[in-house]
Amino acid sequence: MVMADLEARAERAASRRGFLIGLPAYVYLILFFAIPLLIVAVYSFATRTSTGATALSDWNLDAWARVFSAAPARVFVRSFLLAAATTVLCLVFSYPFAYWIATRSPKVRSLLLVLVMIPFWSNFLVRTYAMKFLLGSEGPLSIISQLLGGEPVRLLFTVWAVLIGLVYGYMPFMILPLYAALERMDWSLVEAARDLYAGGWDAFRKVTLPLSMPGVVAGSVLVFIPALGAYVVPAILGGGSPPYLGDYIVLQFLTARNWPFGSALSVSVMLIMLIATIFYFRRGGRTL
Amino acid sequence: MNEATTPRPLVDRLLAAHGWLVYLFFYAPIIVLTVFSFNDNSRVGVWTEPSLRWYRAMIQNDDVMRAIRNTLIVAAVSTVVSVVLGTAAAISMERYRFRGQRTLDGLLYLPIIIPDVTMAVMMLLFFTQAFGFLEGLTGIRLSLGLGSISLAHIAFNISFVAVVVRARLAGMDPHLTEAAADLYASPWQTFRKVTLPLIMPGVAGGALLALTLSLDDVVVTSFVTGPGSTTLPVYVFGLVRREVSPLINAVSTAMLVASILLVAVSLGFQRRSAPVATTSETDEGDTDGPTAPMAGRVSRVGADAGGV
Amino acid sequence: MSVVLALTLAACSGSATPTTVSGGPVTSGDGDGTCEVDQTDGELNLYNWSDYIDPDLIAAFEEEYGVDVVETFYDSNETMLAQIQAGVVYDLIVPSDYMVAIMIEEGLLMELQADALPNLSNLGSEFVGMPYDPDGTYSVAYQWGTTGLGVNLSVVGEDFTPSWSLAFDPEATAAYPGGVSLLNDARETVGAALKYLGYSLNETSEDALQEAADLIAAANVTTFDSDQYPDNLVNGEVSVSHGYSGNFFTAFDETENPDNWAYVIPEEGATLWTDTMAIPADADHPCTAHTFINFLLDAENGAQLTNWTFYASPNEAAEEFIDPEILEDPAIYPDDETFALLEAIEDTGDDEILFTDYFNIARGG
Repeated sequence: MVMADLEARAERAASRRGFLIGLPAYVYLILFFAIPLLIVAVYSFATRTSTGATALSDWNLDAWARVFSAAPARVFVRSFLLAAATTVLCLVFSYPFAYWIATRSPKVRSLLLVLVMIPFWSNFLVRTYAMKFLLGSEGPLSIISQLLGGEPVRLLFTVWAVLIGLVYGYMPFMILPLYAALERMDWSLVEAARDLYAGGWDAFRKVTLPLSMPGVVAGSVLVFIPALGAYVVPAILGGGSPPYLGDYIVLQFLTARNWPFGSALSVSVMLIMLIATIFYFRRGGRTL
Repeated sequence: MNEATTPRPLVDRLLAAHGWLVYLFFYAPIIVLTVFSFNDNSRVGVWTEPSLRWYRAMIQNDDVMRAIRNTLIVAAVSTVVSVVLGTAAAISMERYRFRGQRTLDGLLYLPIIIPDVTMAVMMLLFFTQAFGFLEGLTGIRLSLGLGSISLAHIAFNISFVAVVVRARLAGMDPHLTEAAADLYASPWQTFRKVTLPLIMPGVAGGALLALTLSLDDVVVTSFVTGPGSTTLPVYVFGLVRREVSPLINAVSTAMLVASILLVAVSLGFQRRSAPVATTSETDEGDTDGPTAPMAGRVSRVGADAGGV
Repeated sequence: MSVVLALTLAACSGSATPTTVSGGPVTSGDGDGTCEVDQTDGELNLYNWSDYIDPDLIAAFEEEYGVDVVETFYDSNETMLAQIQAGVVYDLIVPSDYMVAIMIEEGLLMELQADALPNLSNLGSEFVGMPYDPDGTYSVAYQWGTTGLGVNLSVVGEDFTPSWSLAFDPEATAAYPGGVSLLNDARETVGAALKYLGYSLNETSEDALQEAADLIAAANVTTFDSDQYPDNLVNGEVSVSHGYSGNFFTAFDETENPDNWAYVIPEEGATLWTDTMAIPADADHPCTAHTFINFLLDAENGAQLTNWTFYASPNEAAEEFIDPEILEDPAIYPDDETFALLEAIEDTGDDEILFTDYFNIARGG
């Protein structure tokens, strides 16, 4: 009896200690994350005055009504398609690449991985600028194409430049989960398939591909979500027109001066991402 | 661990060709950018002769130097604070059970999922309200600047550090802490002498991540910055939207070298402090930066790195 | 503890660089809100359009008065207004005519102290009381100019019609390599479309605005840009650029063959704008701001400004120091015939926000 009592007290003490250890972090996040999030939600119901200032009164649903109207819908669809295209392209190019690395000897694998890590850890902004530099109509690519008798390269400010920039930026985020899934796979199953006279392609289609699915899903989510809310790449390579989701939201705070609408949009985007992430976890994603 | 089946020769060669093309795709723009930063000509794309003039121009540019100084201050403060708080949160979540843990767990994960733009908007509105509130209460008028930037960076960095450290903790043998307790070590001693050394690679990884995220951040910082407190990424972003110039090439190359050095240093640190006894999966032994199981986590985590 | 540390940083962030004192008449604020001539009370937080002031002038001011000038840039009045409304603190801003009226209405500007601005007498008389600021209590004219089109003559040919169709006609512009660049500015771009359609710049009927928005949406626009439009033009990224007169001239001048480009004021009409210097109501260093305004009102400094920006100066006393070529250029100092084509943007009160909204719709949002 005494033992049980002592144990219970020890457990409560441990529990309290655990809570206290993490308390500074929890307080910080509540103060500087949860509360700001609440404030944004509140702002989405505020009024926008005729000069673009925000009045925290006359609560209304105008901003939310606007979120579901035609113009933002166009922006959502545009961004969605762009994110989808980015994801598909990343997948198509990354899968063979990850497969190639996974099928090398361990030492070679390490080296190849490091070579992928370097761009991965390099400053994202700089990598995007490198693309802009390369694709300009006065840039190196253009000079080369003109030397070869062709036209100067006119990719900047088009949706193609944005797409290239997004794929360039996010491919490592597709490669790594794919590689992880392939590396962890039980390859003896592939061998078994081969032993059963399955051709290379069949073995791949029926064994490898399904087994690597978690990696495909993980990589797709890891690319799609940030691509959907992308701001830096479209701004630098796309010239800001037509606006994608990220730029559209920023616009509401910078020039359009419609904070309630911008807040409603921000909350919407976050909800979409939240749902996508939950979907990913439900489908058996183990790590985030 | 079974070894992957090597593909047949033709397929193998095709895969290799594809592989090298991908590497070319990754590296060509960066290399071209770097090469042209040494170009003497002020018109980009036209190579004249090698020169250091743009690096000299960079060092003499007051705005760039001030931006670098601001960036380093913010990065240092936010990394230190978020590593301490994040590690504590990780230990609290992973090693203990208490009421409300699931909610706090969700809260801890939210900053990772949240899109940059939303985070930027959140922090701007928060500071606007907070400054107004404080001014009404105390009459002191605060304004956006290095402080608000640091506070915002810490807010998202805590979660990333926590995730990385938790991964490390999960792979650690919990019996070791029990053993320490059996030997009459106090919780603090256990932490200092057993837990901390074992999770050090995770803490270092988390610190590297926090530092990188802070150095990469564009959107959140630009929303909460004030005049004179511009950081380097925001400054470069402003320049890059507008033009392409060798000066930007020089600044970009410097930033690239800095990030690569940072990773190299961190990897070296992680290798040296690799633990002796863990029960982690064998593929954790591959310590080339984020290891395979962590790759998924870290790549999601790195997804926000570019302030996308 | 860390929170306290960070909050302390926030409190200290107001003055990022220490004030250096060296020579020059320098005193710190005397605390009662009035500013003396040549008085400074800390660094100058200048919020200005990009490429709008000679860096040598900034350096000269810093040296003469021993204070730092911290520059931040914006590319449209609306962006500037958004920042000021959000509570970001600056000491000196450069709003355009109609924006001054809006900001006075919103109580965002500080009344100027004429005693601290002895050089005010240098201003041309027509700039002393303007429609947007009748008594000149809140603003001092800075530069004035026009907004029109920069064209690549080798693309549009030598005999082109100076019309907004060069920007808005999708058929005519389809063949232009690189297309057209329009200003990322609601009033200017929507205004240009309105002019092309035969309306006034200040037309606020939603039908007219929708027409204008449709026109912009249908145009062959490569980018909406208020910063790089001159460079994009001379680099060949675009063939026609919508932009402000002076910046074009600066860019043309720096090329090897300036005659390949021209700046035109379209025949349907264009904007005549006046930019001003004003001090936000919550400025931290108003005395330094007053001193800076006075500094720029000086005859020689005013001339140096125009000689650098290629915009027209409201400073009458400066005229004797301005480059004669600039004074005689009808594109910079328009003649009567051109003046008849020009219209000023005006504050449209509650309808003002419509321009921003329709501009965003035009841009696809």
